[in-house]
Formats: sequence, C-alpha cells, structure tokens
Amino acid sequence: MLDALIQGILLGGYYAILAAGLSLMFGVLRFINLAHGDLAILGAYLVLFGVERLGLSPWLAVLAVLPVMATLGWLLQGMLFARTMRGGFLLPLLTTFGLGAVLQNGMFGLFGSDAKSLGNSIGSLSWDSWQLPFDISLGKLPVITFVIAVIVLAGLQLLLSYTRLGRAIRATSADPEAAELVGVDAATVHRAAAAIAVALAGLAGAFLAMRAVIGPYSGPAQLIFAFEAVVIGGIGSLWGTLIGGIILGVSQSLGSLLSPQWFQLAGHTLFLGVLGARLYLNHAASRGGLRLNLKGAR
Amino acid sequence: MSVMPRFSVERWTRAGRVTIGVALLALALLALLPGFASGLVIDKLTTLFVYILLAAMWNLLAGYAGLVSVGQQVFFGLAAYFALRLVDLGMPPYLALCLGAGAAGLTAIPLSFFVLRLKGGEFAIAMWVVAEAVRVVVMLDPLVQGETGTSLIAMNSFDPDLRRNLTFWMALCATALILGLTYWLLRGRVGAAAQAIRDDEEASVSVGVKVMRVKQIIFVLAAVGCAFAGVIWLASAITFQPRTNFGVQWTVFMLFMALVGGLRTFEGPILGAVLFFLLQEFFGDFGAWYLAGVGALAVAFALYLPDGLWGAIRKRTGVELLPTGVRMTAGEQPQSTRPRVRSQRPAKDSA
Repeated sequence: MLDALIQGILLGGYYAILAAGLSLMFGVLRFINLAHGDLAILGAYLVLFGVERLGLSPWLAVLAVLPVMATLGWLLQGMLFARTMRGGFLLPLLTTFGLGAVLQNGMFGLFGSDAKSLGNSIGSLSWDSWQLPFDISLGKLPVITFVIAVIVLAGLQLLLSYTRLGRAIRATSADPEAAELVGVDAATVHRAAAAIAVALAGLAGAFLAMRAVIGPYSGPAQLIFAFEAVVIGGIGSLWGTLIGGIILGVSQSLGSLLSPQWFQLAGHTLFLGVLGARLYLNHAASRGGLRLNLKGAR
Repeated sequence: MSVMPRFSVERWTRAGRVTIGVALLALALLALLPGFASGLVIDKLTTLFVYILLAAMWNLLAGYAGLVSVGQQVFFGLAAYFALRLVDLGMPPYLALCLGAGAAGLTAIPLSFFVLRLKGGEFAIAMWVVAEAVRVVVMLDPLVQGETGTSLIAMNSFDPDLRRNLTFWMALCATALILGLTYWLLRGRVGAAAQAIRDDEEASVSVGVKVMRVKQIIFVLAAVGCAFAGVIWLASAITFQPRTNFGVQWTVFMLFMALVGGLRTFEGPILGAVLFFLLQEFFGDFGAWYLAGVGALAVAFALYLPDGLWGAIRKRTGVELLPTGVRMTAGEQPQSTRPRVRSQRPAKDSA
C-alpha cells in the first residue's frame, strides 16, 4: 500500500514531463495537440535508434534527440499548425489527430511492430533501488525521472518569469495581437513554444521507454494520460501538471493493486470525476454559487 | 422504404428533387440486389454502408454542430457488446443486434448531460476517455474474455447466404432510415439552430436557441447511427475484439471520410465514404503505410481544402444535390468562399 503510494508519486514525475508540453502548447497556442503522445513515442524511437544503431550511450542519445525534437516542433508549428490555427478550433484538432495517425503508422512502417525498450541499455539502473527504513525501496530510475521533472518545471518557470522569451510567451498567450503591437513576433514565439513542447514530449518518451516497453501505437494512451494530468492539476498551471501527474499516478498505482485493468480505469474515473466536479462548480457559480465554495475561492 | 419526409417546396432545388428521386430508386434497386448479385458484392456493399453511416454521423457532429468527438467508437463497440449480451440471454440474433444498437444509442442521453458541457478539445478528449473507460469495463466481463474477445456464434444457425442477405438488408434499412432522419433534421429547425451554435454559441443563445437541447438531439442521433454501424459490423465480421471494436481507428476513418468528402455538406461524407471504400479496396494491403497515407491525406485536406471535395465542387459549379440550407435566389448567386454562411439562415423562413 505504502509502496504503491510511493510508486504513484514517482510516476507522477513522468506524467508531469509529458503533460508540461501539452499544457504549454494549450496555454500559448490555444489548441490541444492530439499528436502529443505520438510525438513522445517518436522521441523514444529516436533515442532507441541512437542507442542501437549509432552506439550512443542512452543519456547522450537523449541529449542528442532533444534538439531534434525541438526542431521538429518548430517546423510543425511553422508549416502545419500555424496554418490550421487560423481556421477556428476545429482544424487544429483535425490536423493534429491526422498527424497522430501518420506518426503511428509511419513508425510502424519504419520500426516494425515489435515492442521495444531502453531497459536493456541502461543496465542495472532499470532495477536498482535505494533501501529506506520500514522496508521501503525507492527505484533509482523513477526517482531520477521525478527529479528531472522538478528540474524541467523549475526551468520552465524561470524561463517564463525572467527571460525575454518567457515574457514574450506570456504576452502572446495573454493577447497575441496586443503582443504584436508592442513588438513581439507572435509567430516566432508560437514556434518557440511548440519547439519546447515537442522537446518535452520527446524527453517524456525517452523516460517511458526506459521504464516500460513501447510500440508504435503507444502514443494515444500517453496523450490521454497527459491530458488527464493537465485537467486534474488545473489547465494552464505549470506546477499544476506536477500535482495532477502525482494524483493521476497515485490513483493508477492504487488501482493496479486491484487488477491490471484498474490501473487505467482508476485514472479515467478520477479524470471524469474531476471534470464533472468542475462543471458542477461552474454551473453552481453561474447560478449564484454554492454557499461554501465561492467566497473563499475568490 | 418511404423514409424521406415531406418538406416545404420552396427550399428545394431542381437538382435536389431529382436526387431524392434517384436515391429512392437506387434504394429500391439495392433492396432487390441480393436476388442477382454475388455474395462478394453484397458483403462489400454492407461494408460501404457502415462507412457511409459513420461518415454521415461524424459530419453531423463536427460539421453541423461543431462537436469534434474522438470517442464515437464507444457507441460502435458498446452496441456490439450489448448485442452479444442479449444473444447470450437467448434472444434471436437480429433482434438482439437492433435492440443492442438502440440501447447503446440511448446511453448517449445520460452521457450528453456531462460531455456536452465541455468545450472544444475537452469534449474531444473526454469522449475518448469515456470510450477507453467503457472498453476496459467491457473487457472485465467474463463473456468477452479480456483481450481475446468473443464471437457471435449464434449467427452460424443461419445459412451463410441468408445471413449475408439479412445483414445487407439490415445495413440498407439502417443507413437509409438514419440518413433520412438526419437530412430531415438538418433541414428543419434543429439543423439551423445547430449551425448557428457552431458558428457562434453566444449569439445563438441571444436569439433564443436552446443550445443544450439542440446539441443533445444531434449527439444522440449520431450515437444511434454509430451504434447501428457497430452492430452491422459485428453481424458481418462475427468476431468481437474490444481493441478493434472500441478502436480509435474508427474515428480516424470517420475524420478522413468527412474531411475529404466535405464537412458541412450532406453529400460530402457520402462521397468521402465511397472514396475511402475504394482506397481500402486498392491500397488496404499496404497496411500501416496505407493508414499513414490516409492520415496524411486528411491533414492535407484540412490544410488546403478544408471544405473537402464536395465543398470544392459545390463552390465551382453551384450544384447542391441535397440542400440543407435556404437558397437565396434574389440578386446574383452567392459565391461565398464560406458556404456555411448561406445555410445559416433560419430554416423557418419559408415554412
């Protein structure tokens, strides 16, 4: 039980990395990238390619893949998403969903249907753990993932708060036209945000491949998990993705104590519950509010 | 099958009347087809009807009501599951298939109160999560045997030819009835209201459109359509595997057919379904690369021809075989680049 709790919290680190990119993209570009999970899997396959074919060490391969994914994000935004964003909310959904189908089947064609994993390449790291008192063991890989998630989120926070690019991103996400008026090139900012988001997807994919096996069609499930983490944690909040990721991870981890199917079902149920509760509160708020909720919240 | 309801005459084009006539004639011929066509043709046509039904339903949601659902496979799969359960209780197969589809369609009513309050992408993914959650629950049922799935063995009690023909007639009836109902709905108040909501929800509220009710009608009808597609698929494929029947690939197909054929037109998705059917016939053997091509083609259409093939044809020629809007004949022909502007007029004008 306690073990499952800890596993769940650490799993939340992975979800946070995955969800941060989705959340950033939604925050800045105002659309949900339905290919986010597939981009994560693509990142994982690229890392695998670097390790297996080019003989890189796994961590070096991850470092090498990040700029590749960032470039891909930059190009996708410039050549694909920017065009669709002008067509209302419908087209970005259709386009990214279609892109997801292209990625999945393209990866199937290129890399085959075999389930693959980086587990073998990282050696003992995949099963090593630290022993703590009370019979608690902390897997090294999950801890590293969690720490990197915190570093990534802190880095993003610093970037958004203190750099020129960060200010431009915040300005553009608040009001693209006003940002243009004061000299921000919104198109470039959009491309930069997409580049960061896709690079984060790739990083998450690499961690997924270290922890588990992946296949060309693993992406959609990852997208769903990422979206669940974003919604549970609160849309548009950076640290919310970590909290949402942890809550999702814990619920899945506790669910899997029941049966493997409950791993997924617990997360889905929680997500739908949170969504329902939020709708209910909004609904109540629009009719004058639940007495207890609103004064405190505002 | 006189499923096409009566309309006020003012809103018809001549091409429209001819089309309805041709459609009814085609329907009669198709109904007689099992008498002289080969079994292969009947099987293929049944598949085509499933595609047409799915494409039309997705267009009804996305094209006319602005509801992009990535989870319509929930009704497709659930209907098949319900049918299997009813057969397991001892019900005759074809009755079970119809009731199963009806029951799965009705689950859309309670679901609608929840998901239809969500906006845009949230609705899309919430539907997907619902589909995934339902799939997992269905897999918990011992009858389904988890990943393995099961099959509709009761169908073996029919002679293969009879079974093929019965399934064909069921597909034909369901497709004609649901498409007819959809067309009637889209030409009426609900269609006009749905398009108003799609184009500007707040503005449509201000002119008295009951947003929730209109969306619910569309959502439930689309669910019923997808549910019937699901049982027809089960009847012709016999096997039921949760990962296939609840697979998100159905939504990829629906998206492709509706987008390539032409969203926001009634004819477009039917054209898209025929095209998809032909592509499947000629290139289906290429497997993953073919599916990647389908995705890429959908993206290309979204980018360069968002009104689809039929949208382009209509813009160039002005032909409307099955108009859902009001034709304004005064002055010059509206050659708007956004044809939906025309169909946005209140449908009651001419009634």
